[in-house]
Amino acid sequence: MTTDLKILKSNLAEAFGSKVVSLQERLGELTMVVKAADMLSVFTRLRDDAHLRFEELIDLCGIDYSTYGSETCEDGRYLADQPHQGPRFATIYHLLSITHNIRLRVRVFADDDAMPMMDSVIGVWPVANWYEREAFDLYGTIFKGHPDLRRLLTDYGFVGNPFRKDFPLSGTVEMRYDADQRRVIYEPVSIEPREVTPRTMREEQYGRN
Amino acid sequence: MAEIKNYTLNFGPQHPAAHGVLRLVLELDGEVVERADPHIGLLHRGTEKLAEHKTFLQAMPYMDRLDYVSPMCNEHAYVMAVEKLAGIQVPIRAQYIRVMYDEITRILNHLLWLGAVGIDLGAMTMFFYAFRDREDLVDAYEAVAGARLHAAYYRPGGVYRDLPEVMPHYKESKIHNAADVKRMNENRQGSLLDFIEDFTVRFPKHIDEFETLLTDNRIWKQRTVGIGVVTPERAMALGFTGPMLRGSGIAWDLRKKQPYEVYDKMDFDIPVGVEGDCYDRYLVRVEEMRQSLRIIRQCIDWLRKNPGPVMADDLKYAPPKREAMKQNMEELIHHFKFFTEGMHVPAGEVYSAVEHPKGEFGIYLASDGANKPYRMKIRAPGFTHLSSLDEMTRGHMIADVVAIIGTQDIVFGEVDR
Repeated sequence: MTTDLKILKSNLAEAFGSKVVSLQERLGELTMVVKAADMLSVFTRLRDDAHLRFEELIDLCGIDYSTYGSETCEDGRYLADQPHQGPRFATIYHLLSITHNIRLRVRVFADDDAMPMMDSVIGVWPVANWYEREAFDLYGTIFKGHPDLRRLLTDYGFVGNPFRKDFPLSGTVEMRYDADQRRVIYEPVSIEPREVTPRTMREEQYGRN
Repeated sequence: MAEIKNYTLNFGPQHPAAHGVLRLVLELDGEVVERADPHIGLLHRGTEKLAEHKTFLQAMPYMDRLDYVSPMCNEHAYVMAVEKLAGIQVPIRAQYIRVMYDEITRILNHLLWLGAVGIDLGAMTMFFYAFRDREDLVDAYEAVAGARLHAAYYRPGGVYRDLPEVMPHYKESKIHNAADVKRMNENRQGSLLDFIEDFTVRFPKHIDEFETLLTDNRIWKQRTVGIGVVTPERAMALGFTGPMLRGSGIAWDLRKKQPYEVYDKMDFDIPVGVEGDCYDRYLVRVEEMRQSLRIIRQCIDWLRKNPGPVMADDLKYAPPKREAMKQNMEELIHHFKFFTEGMHVPAGEVYSAVEHPKGEFGIYLASDGANKPYRMKIRAPGFTHLSSLDEMTRGHMIADVVAIIGTQDIVFGEVDR
């Protein structure tokens, strides 16, 4: 696999040249970062180039980097003493080439933190349809060119993007049946935020003599 | 002649053939499906978000609740992700145990699938036959993990404990008299491995029985042959994996192509379909059960001959031995820190995938060095397969929708996460 990754690395550098923002190999996995502006041409080439031939989009997911490396206190709030540098939202694509039996991870950062937006890859891999709807639902990333960008996993009429780091774990509303009104009603949550095990960071080699 | 108008049909979420809480909005022209719009998320629990607020060890049992028909395979993908990121070395015996239980899980999954699809398509008997054999396999689960479904048996660094030397026995009760109990306990006299071996001897005949009931059955073939055909090119574009991809004729199996654990030492074959229809996917899954038995037998032979540790001995990633913990301060502190603060996994990101009975089940794990995952994404095969339902059912009759959902092998625990 290591030799395969080396070949893939040189093939990627040759095919995309300056479009590759970074190309990193770690733990036997290759991660490529490309700009949102270049993503469609890069993905099309990744699928069609005979030396690359990534026929399958295995996974697509959003990620919110806003609290990366931050600890939490006991009510679950992040102690964001050093806010994360760089763009907040990214979409991560996991590609698989069945012909060459190799995987590649591509990360595309959204330029605008307030309104993350990137191109839809549904024209390259039709499977992206639901994955992009999911990322739109959970992170609020807008995929330009998606024909049917609706919420997928959350409730009908849900407000907010639940997987963003500033969205509380217990949500914002709770639902119950009201006997007087004889219907199901929504109310603000009554749960006190609480974290049993706070999120802690330790230096490397912590506790190893 | 009466004018027939298109109409919209709401299928589910409480329909037995929907295999869970699937709400399917079907636009019909008479009995022909023009568009299928699956509404999912009725079982969405936010597993990925919950995992961000749990330590690495606490997040593990959530995996059982994804695809609750094959819990151990889900755990496997997760523990492999943590191990890869933290660089934990897994003892070889634990790897064999995991492979054996992965294959037991595959048979469990395919049996439930066969029973449920049988019932969907009118083969009632299949359900009883399949569940009779599942019983022995969930007993094998119970013997190692104490739970019949949500096992929580795999751990980052190995498995929770070694295989037991004795199987629990049935006891006499109002329902079972002494003669019954004696018969039921016959194959439980030896160790767990003897019990599983006994199963591998009995089970091939049972698969033959299933095939007698279905493979050449005229009604079964009418319901499945030529239904939901997917070409190999389309299967790749739609992100198919596992039996769905192999049913379309692509010999792709992670156990062979990107072997993990000890699959590279195993001797087994990959069944591949030709037509890419529901019938081929059925044949592929039935043959997979036979191949799983071969793998299980090889694991049993190896496990009998090679005792050894089943858990890594790095105290940062695995709990200390119980006896040592009671006597030594060092181990006691480690035990306390391990189960309260949890392990710290080095910063980085990793994707690990296993050949789950339903397809490729992957975990993308990003850690920033804390005691909890920063982001965990579950790549569930059922999600991808269900997203292609619209394309697969278009132009088919409404009764075929049931056959197609059935052979996609959908479980909502993993689709909705």
